[in-house]
Formats: sequence, structure tokens, C-alpha cells
Amino acid sequence: MTNVIEIQNLRKSFGSHEVLRDVNFNVKKGEVVCLIGSSGSGKSTLLRCINLLEKPSGGNIIYKGENILDKKHNIEKYRTHLGMVFQQFNLFNNLDVLNNCVVGQQKVLKRNKQESTDKAMKFLEVVGMAQYKNAKPRQLSGGQKQRVAIARALAMDPDVMLFDEPTSALDPEMVGEVLKVIRLLAEQGNTMLIVTHEMEFAREVADRIVFMDQGVIVEEGQPEHVLVNPKHERTKEFLKRTLR
Amino acid sequence: MSFETIISILENNWPMFLRGAYITLAIAIISTILGTVIGFFIGNMHTTPVRKKSLKSVFLKVFNFILTCYVEVFRGTPMIVQAMVVFYGLASYGLELDRFLAALVVVGLNTGAYMAEIVRGGIISIDKGQYEAAQAIGMSHFQTMFYVVLPQVGRNILPATGNQLVMNIKDTAVLNVISVTELYYQTKSVAGANFKFAESFFIACVIYLIMTFTTTRILRLMEKKLDGPDAYNMAVNIRGRGEQKI
Repeated sequence: MTNVIEIQNLRKSFGSHEVLRDVNFNVKKGEVVCLIGSSGSGKSTLLRCINLLEKPSGGNIIYKGENILDKKHNIEKYRTHLGMVFQQFNLFNNLDVLNNCVVGQQKVLKRNKQESTDKAMKFLEVVGMAQYKNAKPRQLSGGQKQRVAIARALAMDPDVMLFDEPTSALDPEMVGEVLKVIRLLAEQGNTMLIVTHEMEFAREVADRIVFMDQGVIVEEGQPEHVLVNPKHERTKEFLKRTLR
Repeated sequence: MSFETIISILENNWPMFLRGAYITLAIAIISTILGTVIGFFIGNMHTTPVRKKSLKSVFLKVFNFILTCYVEVFRGTPMIVQAMVVFYGLASYGLELDRFLAALVVVGLNTGAYMAEIVRGGIISIDKGQYEAAQAIGMSHFQTMFYVVLPQVGRNILPATGNQLVMNIKDTAVLNVISVTELYYQTKSVAGANFKFAESFFIACVIYLIMTFTTTRILRLMEKKLDGPDAYNMAVNIRGRGEQKI
């Protein structure tokens, strides 16, 4: 399988604080990778560096063979290939559910109205939010917002979906409905990179688990290896604290 | 001051009052719109991110400095003085502006100076997540502002904009110094002719109040309309296509 994204020697610091130091890893096509680790380990920053919401301090990000950190690279075009789902949903507050999923297609991808509406409705159907197409974000619950946010990202036909702690801001009863959608996407063969604290979910859905600590990747591998038989001391410690 | 006198003044002079009220309202509304456009422009210029040390950033810095000067001058001086300077100043260079036009320029620029800060405040108060979400689907800065941020800013600053409009309705009174035939000027003429100052200005007072009060109510209704209901009504989908009503 080919690498969709290759990350080489990625570094990021905020002032004198080094959040990522020398991170190397790849995402293959069709693969579901879960990033785990305690807060402050740099996993969210890594995700945000991948779609350049944070500007990396050093290293390379190779997307389909091209280094997107080259100055001449079109960042806006590159971002359309990545679907981002945020912890805080970040639905466009001024637009209703349908238009949240349409605006990017129309204005960025220049699709016509009919095509983008059809596509938006198709994905709203997938996440089970089609009947809310005329609702404004403030009329929805957290779980509903997050499902719309997933549909919005999918409607752009991205190569990779990035999830930044998609269930961390949700009430416990709503976590299930969002995870169900992500599980469905995994079954459909989408390439996904998921930052999560839901260990059970990660184990079930991931092809590969990446454990990060203090800005480096400590351990990675199949869920059974990393979560059940971790090799490193730090991984063991982290799992002991979380898997109780 | 008697009720009969007020009635008789109204009976004899209502066209003048009406014309004055009309001019006042016209200046207030047009210049508030003008000022809001200026405010949006400056607010955007002041919040445009640029890479440091590029040619563009130098240009933007100089341009923003000029805009800041404009804002400070118009916020820091009385409108009555601005009216005199603009009208007679331009006249001394041989540019005889129409008085109504001069009024629009003065009140518009004045409102623009205030709106610039209101819009800037509105822009920086929008949640960072909105920008990030827009960027994440590949929108440029311009697209982000135009399709996502500014519509929200417009809604959020509606109360402040309404406040400006109300202030403008009242403050156009100072334009009588350049002989704009707004309500205060007309009232002065009426009072000067019949020597009933208290009654004439009492009438002006009531007309001003009606105008400002109505404006406030209309704006409040607009806010409500824009916000829509708090809960989503599923029935709209069954009824069929179209926007959500209620």
C-alpha cells in the first residue's frame, strides 16, 4: 500500500517549549491510525501540523510524493484533500446544516449547486442528520453538531480524515452516536487519523495505534501489541492509568 | 405652553416639520449605512494577517496608519466642528458642496470612525474555531471572512449599529450650523416666525422621540428574525422545501 502522508523529522515549538521533536510516521491509504497519549504529549499538535493549522518549525510533510512545506506549494488546495473534525465541532454558526456542508464544495471546489447539495445530502444521510438539514448549529446537541461536522468534512471528498478528539467535548450519552459514525467510515475503507482518549474504541477500529509522549512517538503497532502487550515502560504506565 | 398653541403650530407648519423629519431620517439612515461600509472596510484592514517583512506588510502598515489617523481625528473632534471644517473648508477651495451631500459626508465619516472599532471588536470576538474550520476546508482568508466570519460579525454588531443610527438621528441636529434643512433647522425657522419657542421645540422633541423609538423597535425585531427559534422544528421538513419559518 502507498503512503498518503509521510512525516519526516517533524518539529514544532511554541516559543521555547518544544511540543514535537523529531516525529516520523506514515499514513497508508485505507488505514485507520489512532493517536493516543496523555494530554500535552503533542498528538493534537501533530494533527494540526499535518493540515498546517500550526506551522511546523522543521521537518517535512510529504503528501503523495510532494513536500507541502515547500514555499510554492498551494496550502489551500492541499487542505481540501484533508477532512478535519474538531473537538469543538466548529460548525459555521451563520449557516444551516445543509449549507455548512455545501459552502466549501461550492466556494472552494467550485462545484455547482445541484452537485454540492446532492453530495451534502448523501453524507448527511450517512451520519443520520438529513432530517435536520435546515437547522442552525445552535439548535443542535453536541453529538448532532459533531455528526454534521463529519459530514461537512466528508463532502469535500478528502483523501484523509483527521479527527482531533472528536468525542472529548461530548456528554457521555452522545459519545456513542459519534463513534458509531466513525466506525462506519472505517468499515467503508476511509483513510483516517484519529486522536482519541477512547481506548476501547481505538482498539476496535484502528489498524495501527501510535502512542505519543512528550513530543515523540514512543511506540506504534497493531492494537493488540500496543494496548495489550506494550513494550515500553511509558506506554505501560499510561495504559495502567487509563484502562481502569 | 398650551395644548391649543401646539395644535395650531402643527396645523400651520406641519409640512415643514415633516420635511425636516424626512431630511433628518434620510441623513441618519444613509450615513449610517455609509459609515457601516467604511467600518467594515477598516475593521477588515486592521485584522488582515500578513507575513512579516514582506512588501505587502509594509504597504498594509502604512495604509493602516493612515486609517488609524482618520479614526482618531473623527472620533476625537466634535461633529459640529467637523461640519464647519468640511463645508467651509471645501468652499474656500472653490468646491461648493451641496448641503445635504456635505451632511452625508460628515455624518458618514463620523459614523465610519466609530464603526471601524465596533467591527474590529466584532471580528476579534469571533471564535478561533470558525477560522480554523474554514481554513481546514481550504478557504482563503478572503473567503473565510466573506462567507463565515463577517455574516456573524454583522449579526453580532447589529445592536451597536442600531445605537449609531439612533445617535445619528439626534446628532443631525448639529448640521443646522451649515444650514441643512433637517428637523432642528426647520423647527428653528418655525419658532423664529411665531415666537413660540417652547411649543415648537416640544413638537420637535416628540418627533425625534417617535423616530428613535421606532428605529429601536424595528432593529429589535430584525435581531429576533435573524436569530430564529431556539429549537429546531422538524415539521418544516414535512411541510416541504423552503426556509424555516415561525
